[in-house]
Amino acid sequence: MPITRDDVAHLARLSRLALGDEELDHLAPQLNQIISAVAQVQEVAAEGIPPTSHATGLANVYRDDEPRPCLTSQEALAGAPAVEMQRFKVPRILVEEG
Amino acid sequence: MHELVKKTAVELAAAVSAGEVSAEEVTRAHLDRVAAVDGQVKAFLHVAADDALAQARAVDAKRARGGELGPLAGVPVAVKDLFATVGMPTTCGSKILAGWVPPYESTVTARLRAAGAVLLGKTNMDEFAMGSSTENSGFGPSRNPWDLAKVPGGSSGGSAAAVAAFEAPLSLGTDTGGSIRQPAAVCGIVGTKPTYGGSSRYGVVAFASSLDTPGPLARTVLDAALLHQVMSGHDPMDATSIDAPVPPVVEAARHADVSGMTIGVVSEFSGEGYQPGVMSRFAEAVEVLQSLGAKVVEVSCPHFKYALPAYYLIAPSEVSSNLARFDGMRYGLRTGSGSAEEVMAATRAEGFGPEVKRRIMLGTYALSSGYYDAYYGKAQQVRTLIIRDFEAAFGQVDVLISPPTPTTAFDIGERADDPMAMYLADLCTIPSNLAGNAALSVPVGLAPENGLPVGLQVMAPPLADDRMYRVAAAVEAAFDSRRGHPLLDEAKGLEA
Amino acid sequence: MTVTYEEALTRYEPVFGLETHVELGTRTKMFCGCVTTFGGEPNSQVCPVCLGLPGSLPVVNRMAIEYAIKIGLALNCSIASWCRFARKNYFYPDMPKDFQISQYDEPLCFEGYLDVSVGGEVVRVGIERVHLEEDTGKSLHVGGATGRIHGAEYSLVDYNRAGIPLVEIVTKPVPGTGADAPEVARAYVTELRDVLRSLGVSDVRMEEGSMRCDVNTSLSVAGSGVWGTRTETKNVNSLRSVERAVRSEIARQAFVLDNGLRVRQETRHFHEESGETTSGRSKEEAQDYRYFPEPDLVPVAPPAEWVEAVRATLPELPSARRARLLGAWSLAEGEYDSLRNAGALDVVERTVAAGSSPADARKWWMGELARRANDSGAEVASLPITPADVARVSALVSAGTLNDRLAREVLDAVLAGEGSPDEVVAKHGLAVVSDDSALLAAIDEAIAANPDVAGKVRGGKAAASGVIVGAVMKATRGKADAARVRDLVLERLTA
Repeated sequence: MPITRDDVAHLARLSRLALGDEELDHLAPQLNQIISAVAQVQEVAAEGIPPTSHATGLANVYRDDEPRPCLTSQEALAGAPAVEMQRFKVPRILVEEG
Repeated sequence: MHELVKKTAVELAAAVSAGEVSAEEVTRAHLDRVAAVDGQVKAFLHVAADDALAQARAVDAKRARGGELGPLAGVPVAVKDLFATVGMPTTCGSKILAGWVPPYESTVTARLRAAGAVLLGKTNMDEFAMGSSTENSGFGPSRNPWDLAKVPGGSSGGSAAAVAAFEAPLSLGTDTGGSIRQPAAVCGIVGTKPTYGGSSRYGVVAFASSLDTPGPLARTVLDAALLHQVMSGHDPMDATSIDAPVPPVVEAARHADVSGMTIGVVSEFSGEGYQPGVMSRFAEAVEVLQSLGAKVVEVSCPHFKYALPAYYLIAPSEVSSNLARFDGMRYGLRTGSGSAEEVMAATRAEGFGPEVKRRIMLGTYALSSGYYDAYYGKAQQVRTLIIRDFEAAFGQVDVLISPPTPTTAFDIGERADDPMAMYLADLCTIPSNLAGNAALSVPVGLAPENGLPVGLQVMAPPLADDRMYRVAAAVEAAFDSRRGHPLLDEAKGLEA
Repeated sequence: MTVTYEEALTRYEPVFGLETHVELGTRTKMFCGCVTTFGGEPNSQVCPVCLGLPGSLPVVNRMAIEYAIKIGLALNCSIASWCRFARKNYFYPDMPKDFQISQYDEPLCFEGYLDVSVGGEVVRVGIERVHLEEDTGKSLHVGGATGRIHGAEYSLVDYNRAGIPLVEIVTKPVPGTGADAPEVARAYVTELRDVLRSLGVSDVRMEEGSMRCDVNTSLSVAGSGVWGTRTETKNVNSLRSVERAVRSEIARQAFVLDNGLRVRQETRHFHEESGETTSGRSKEEAQDYRYFPEPDLVPVAPPAEWVEAVRATLPELPSARRARLLGAWSLAEGEYDSLRNAGALDVVERTVAAGSSPADARKWWMGELARRANDSGAEVASLPITPADVARVSALVSAGTLNDRLAREVLDAVLAGEGSPDEVVAKHGLAVVSDDSALLAAIDEAIAANPDVAGKVRGGKAAASGVIVGAVMKATRGKADAARVRDLVLERLTA
């Protein structure tokens, strides 16, 4: 089932990308092309095959509860677009936390 | 061209350690070369000239004090611009990170510094390592030193071009779907994707966490092995790092012997879409290996044909999450006005290029509720099947070989707005990323039809990285002696 | 027009559930080595990992896993032999990576229960899961009304809290508690807090936000057996609020249903001042969190030996202790509750172990010492006096060496750091004067000094002896045993 331009607009919102009409027009057919290509995985007979999220096979990798040096607040804030009261200044937040 | 820039890393480190040449002289020679040719190649995004000279002088001072020098003493290294480096910007080829200077150092570059390497600067790349040509860089493409109208491959295209253009003997790249091996192949150099977990990802800006693998690029197999050895090993800062000794890759690279080895040719990687010159060079490499005493057999890996679609579900899914943090709140670009939500969306729309946006949206789609099982979940099962294909193959053969990429370097602009065509460049490299095993590309000559370099991919089981160096060293030696000189001597793109 | 709580319960049966977030008391954060100390300078307890800087990677804190296992075992859960962290993806400025590392369909602990007693009856609250995740940063909202997010001009974010380990403890829905639902919900949170405190895995301070509750409430039409749509009330941050939030949601939902409307599945916010909830984001347009296994981390597969080793360190849990002490100390439920609420159970128990009777130990800790703690605003258990000291004072009183007034002086001196009770007694000569001959001399003097009173006592008015007793006490500077003095005075004047 091809994805519509509205679907693409929805994906853009979910992805926090403010895309213009032109970009959406351009992206929709490309995404459709890619999605129909990757949908090939669905033809693989994979019943009973466990998924692999990681190839290493590692498990139980932990660190000890030992403090390590932190950055200074100056270092932490050095790249910030805006700072006030030693905090990251961000625009007003509309939605409530999830 | 200064004679120092033609030397290998092994030669340079030995000369600096012996006091035959100073690290500063070596660094200056390379900086001069960068100044002379990088206007054409555009391999670098940032040349850290003063910083590099200071690092070199520190190496010289250490030698003067009688201190023991590391294995890369005074050797210049070009660093792909997604390794966090203190004092040098780290942009990942993206406008969203333009000018960002990390307050911390990646494990790999820290190890290089400790080994006496001189970090020359940061190299161009496809934005956040997504691409096969460097055309997706937010700062313009790099050029192939063999032909400036061609791409140098990608995503580690700047790193490959820098080494091929003699701007540095070594460079660092990362390989998520072929991003070291494919540019190495099309630039006529050696490039390795170590076993996943063999080289630390700490401080390497993530593209697809379960696939990203830092690795070396070099002009010779031995140099690649040397950098591989120095940069690798367990890192407690990376939970996916393997706590095991580094395979003896340098020793293997000095042991160019394949007699008695069984080498498998992946039968799925040939046929339609493969350039004739790529296949004829591959056939020649098979002959060479047989003449050196290896037994070559054909091996089928039936699920490899699903590797590309599985990869283009898994990697974008991880991308959609990994790149969420670039939202203009804490670092990097901030643009737009209004609420935080609006500023985030405007910043990301302006800061990211088209390929990154495509993959973010593709990944968002693949992980969405209702689609997860059909796409991401299924791709993870395909991953298991590909691992099983490898296991079965390595039950019969010591290493697998194939072309690293179906074609030689293509024209800049040729595939720029055709994502599917671009994705095909990684057809042969992706299975090893999904399975996490080791793989490299070593030059095997030029395609007769266009005179551009062709590589040979050698794949080895996880943690058997040394095995593929033995094969690559044998191939390199055989072709060099047949030819009478290193392949790169024939590169005509630069007349500087 | 509203529906009262009592009315609501005639027509509807409430079902509630709780999701409790608890900050673990590990020294360092969940995925990095930054310290977790409360109240540091803004953005001074951060590093590339908890700031989510590009290239940084998480590594799991072993102690956090161990604490979560401990909690799971204390809540009678099964411990997963293999599970993974997952990413919960949503954009929010206080979340440095714009995803939260959490657990999704593979929690570390699952299928347990916690028994709580309400009005002498035990209710078993099912535990669905206990999982680990990381906390977010903290925002200060500037402009608009008093630090509220709504109407603020901008926000200031401090990431010190970002990455502190959280466990989320999710109950199963609890039906069948009827009118007691709010009280059971509160009792559950109280019991949970006590369990966590006894495990030593968190300071569980609701006021400081180290324990936070979300309350789910729904109503079913009485007798229908069909559960209604639930709401999730956030921001419920005191025990009292838990009870009030459930109560007000029951009344509100009953009103909605009585009017033929539908309860919306939504997030609601509890307001401490009004005790009411208001609508937040509707869950129907909820975000798609796009969970997937965290690719930067490897699976958590605690070996059975580890789980058993953790089990072996479990302390006696509050419910078991309650049962034991109610019997051993012959306490009423209310008496036990006041000891627990004062945080005095440990010290009283140790005082008893040091030889005091349970009644005396309780008397001293809940009386004199509680008063002193209250005066200084401290917890009684944190006073600079040991249970052994208190037991000794109690023993000295029982032996008649100290009277109550002297005992208070000894306690004060011990609290002031002057030494052990015996040292204080010796140093200040605080022992009761028990030598009758010394007392008799003082009594004779007092009788001589108060002939009128002595006459009244001789005339049969024993009550008048108080004046003479008082004079003797004054003369001996309080060191006499007043009862003994009174006996001797009466003997002297009436024999």
